Amino acid sequence: MDYIFRILRFDPKKEEHPSFQDFSYATEEKKSVLEALMDIRNEQDCTLSFRYSCREAICGSCAMVINGNFDLACHRDLGALRSSTVIVEPLPNLEIQKDLVVDMDPFWEALHEIEPYLHAEDVVPERGHRIEDREMEKIFQYINCILCGCCYAACPVASRDERYLGPAALAKLYRFVKDPRDQRPFSNWSRVNTEGGLWGCDTVFKCNEVCPKDVRPADGIEALRRKLIVEKVKHLFKRGR
Amino acid sequence: MISHDILVVGGGLAGLAAALNSDPKLSVAVVSKVHPLRSHSVAAQGGINAALGNNPDGKDDTWERHAFDTIKGSDYLSDQNSAERMCQKAIPAIYELDALGVPFSRFPGGVIAQRPFGGAGFPRTCYAADRTGLVILHTLYEHSIRKKVRFYNEWLVTRLVVQNGKCLGVIVFDLASGDVIPVQARTVVFATGGYGRVYLKTTNAFINHGSGIGMAYHAGVPLKDLEFVQFHPTSLFDKNILITEGARGEGGYLVNNQGKRFLEDYAPTAMELAPRDIVARAIQTEIDKGKGFEGEYVHLDLRHLGAEKIKKRLPGIREICIDFAALDPIDTPIPIQPAQHYSMGGLDVDENCASRVEGFFAAGECACVSVHGANRLGGNSLLETVVFGKVAGEEASKRVPQMGITPNAQQILLEEALDQKSRFEAWRKRDSGEKVHRLLNRLKVVMSDKVGIFRNKKDLSEALEDISQLREDYKNIYISGKCLRYSQELVNIIEFESMLDLAEVITSGALTREETRGSHFRTDFPKRDDKDWLKHTMVTLEDGKPRISYQEVKIDKYEPTERKY
Repeated sequence: MDYIFRILRFDPKKEEHPSFQDFSYATEEKKSVLEALMDIRNEQDCTLSFRYSCREAICGSCAMVINGNFDLACHRDLGALRSSTVIVEPLPNLEIQKDLVVDMDPFWEALHEIEPYLHAEDVVPERGHRIEDREMEKIFQYINCILCGCCYAACPVASRDERYLGPAALAKLYRFVKDPRDQRPFSNWSRVNTEGGLWGCDTVFKCNEVCPKDVRPADGIEALRRKLIVEKVKHLFKRGR
Repeated sequence: MISHDILVVGGGLAGLAAALNSDPKLSVAVVSKVHPLRSHSVAAQGGINAALGNNPDGKDDTWERHAFDTIKGSDYLSDQNSAERMCQKAIPAIYELDALGVPFSRFPGGVIAQRPFGGAGFPRTCYAADRTGLVILHTLYEHSIRKKVRFYNEWLVTRLVVQNGKCLGVIVFDLASGDVIPVQARTVVFATGGYGRVYLKTTNAFINHGSGIGMAYHAGVPLKDLEFVQFHPTSLFDKNILITEGARGEGGYLVNNQGKRFLEDYAPTAMELAPRDIVARAIQTEIDKGKGFEGEYVHLDLRHLGAEKIKKRLPGIREICIDFAALDPIDTPIPIQPAQHYSMGGLDVDENCASRVEGFFAAGECACVSVHGANRLGGNSLLETVVFGKVAGEEASKRVPQMGITPNAQQILLEEALDQKSRFEAWRKRDSGEKVHRLLNRLKVVMSDKVGIFRNKKDLSEALEDISQLREDYKNIYISGKCLRYSQELVNIIEFESMLDLAEVITSGALTREETRGSHFRTDFPKRDDKDWLKHTMVTLEDGKPRISYQEVKIDKYEPTERKY
């Protein structure tokens, strides 16, 4: 099968604007987009830059836009694209460092904002915490997140409002709030009771649509909103008494 | 010059465990060639061993039994005191991970769930469905955010700088800027992982070149037992993505083209849950005898487990099969074949993770303590990373005050950095020569064909010749893409030199060791030989050539007997 790979190239140290470059690529084997990119780099242009690591959709390195879809390059089978032209672009809303490599720092900083670690006393319970499996499984949806950044890059709110923490960070916050072991006080997580936090979400569910691991971050945002309102009502009652 | 008390190299589980357990009063930093969450630890699936005794079938389990299984699994090449230390520390380590937030799967009553794994007398493998590596790595990373650990991401260490037997720091290549940077450190902890990509068929991430092991070897740290290479029995046919041992732990069958559960011919008692070396050889033997499918694979059949169990306990495996093989294991058996998976050998360190180079420590897959000996049991690698990562962090912290000051350290580091830069320039100036990816492919073919599951003198000797030809060709290497920023080509050129060293050491160790033990199977010497070979292979680099010597195995409790499963 013959393909044309149309790849967005950009070296901000040398060029003013990104531009597409076409590469011909032929293969008879079953290859992922990532494997094809590696072949193109090796055989045609070794300056082509992109991130990768696990090649099995678990490390989150190779998020990019392939024929207009947010995806992990390792996990998209070339044949399944049903197109002989493959347009490859870096994740949008993040600055390009080189070609398909983008600056993920805003994404990581947003994650750090929510204090993404278990808040619990520093004592280790003897023989571990006691938690029923069904309770633990409630957070399994969110621990599947590999922090690839697809949702952040695709989110229309994150693209226009740099204060917005974005879907992955907020879903991660829900993962902790929902964890029976987590003891973060309401005052800690209610800091996201802002336009840059929970109320920034437009509920267009772009994040759910693009997530390659089916995490559905917007479910977490919605659930946190509900929990926030419930907690506020509880606080009102306490004060009223 | 950037300077730290403790410099951890590698942001996977062992590296993060080392950083988190270093003395907080010291200046600690982690250098990683990828963002820490992109490390290969994230791909670990099935679980982590500890004798918690939570499984109803495992009530009588103890850390001593865990140690015995580990030692027997190692074909008696592990140092027994180290194996015991790891297994004893396993229990508090799991509770600590639980307290840090690792979402382990649970049993009724809320205790941490445990499943059976290969070579284990009791079900003692703790897990979070089949994403155990992912959740532990994310949890340790989260706590390194909490503790404000300093990270230098996308920095590739190119040299370990040692003078007069004392470690001074490292030289790094910064991918984002394309610059060479010297980093001074009083102590250095390598947690750089394995070298799977020396082989054509491997479960390892694309980035697992093992260059950390090679760089420390170059700087004078001996390599121990490198000929012991684990081939995982069940990797997805063609793509070689890992299909966890947990799939067999949950009850999966291995079946040949006659529809037979063939393990009954190899390990009639343990069946599919025999240790990995035995199961991998059984599968390869069946394939070689024409009892595989398409001459390349056998079936891992999970259908009888039922949809509910597969979805609950093995969701990641199901996803991998659907995404990468277009089949659903609920309805269809999984085509699997053995593939390189793990390195039992590595940098020679003692039970405190210290090496003979003062101030240099190593932990995790890149290190050889040794606990795994000639064959590692499933579920013991994650355990090793958290237990010995912690030990390395603590021991490096203790060492810092004794390290003193080398007056001209910065000068030496600067000179090394300049030398590194001039090497890059030499590669860049050439307009033609060898391209690294071609050499890499040749090396992988040599290692897979001649230094694989079944080995013999002729193949191994040929492999050594092939490797030395590759070394000649490497002298003409050149950078075809002239921009160094985010140049994976340059990364590969730097790492390839280490890969050549590792390939040479694996092969010479395998050629010299005229016996069969654990993962090392010599068709021309098919028996274990305790009289001559119950000893560790040690390889040091002398005048550019590997020199082999041997070290005694520490045996304090369990006399070696024949392994039967």
